[in-house]
Amino acid sequence: MSAFLTHALDAALALYALAMAGALLRMLRGPTAQDRVLALDFITVNGMLAMLTLGVRYASTMYFVTALIVALFGFVASAALAKFLLRGEVIE
Amino acid sequence: MNAAPSLVMETIVGLLVIASGILSFVGAIGLLRLPTFFQRMHPPALASTLATWAAALATIAYFSAIGSRLALYPWLIVVLAAITAPITTSLLARAALFRVRAAGGDAPPPIVTES
Repeated sequence: MSAFLTHALDAALALYALAMAGALLRMLRGPTAQDRVLALDFITVNGMLAMLTLGVRYASTMYFVTALIVALFGFVASAALAKFLLRGEVIE
Repeated sequence: MNAAPSLVMETIVGLLVIASGILSFVGAIGLLRLPTFFQRMHPPALASTLATWAAALATIAYFSAIGSRLALYPWLIVVLAAITAPITTSLLARAALFRVRAAGGDAPPPIVTES
């Protein structure tokens, strides 16, 4: 692996971490509940992207499965939270 | 497996990954800085579309290069994101509309045109 690719992967991981920190700030500060749900959804998407990047970093296919699972559970969590905000209950 | 990828391929992968990181970071800046919730709904779509596409393309390119065959499975994540992101967004928009109107507010806010 060339030095450029290693540094590019590290830079991308740092950018994902910064994006997650920004979304965490929005989640802690966010004036309404839907802001917090939006920030949590953004954090899970960034975690999925970080898993994809780590898969390239360590040349392992297992990280892809992790990314898939993180994306799926992130969707389920966001949909359930949005449904809760809409109705006051998740399953009716 | 484990063929060393060429320098050109590694550069392409690196550029795609950096593009993905920058796009996601721009989305986070938008999420932090935009004033109202209905405006803040837009920037996270940058992470679940363009950043995901770039990262998946980088993964496809890298694993195709080291595996010496086309590895298209990372595109599954793009398909999954394309299905799930609009569902989450429309559910959240509906919840936000409902909550703002239940609190007595006027939603959606009027369109502001900046000159």
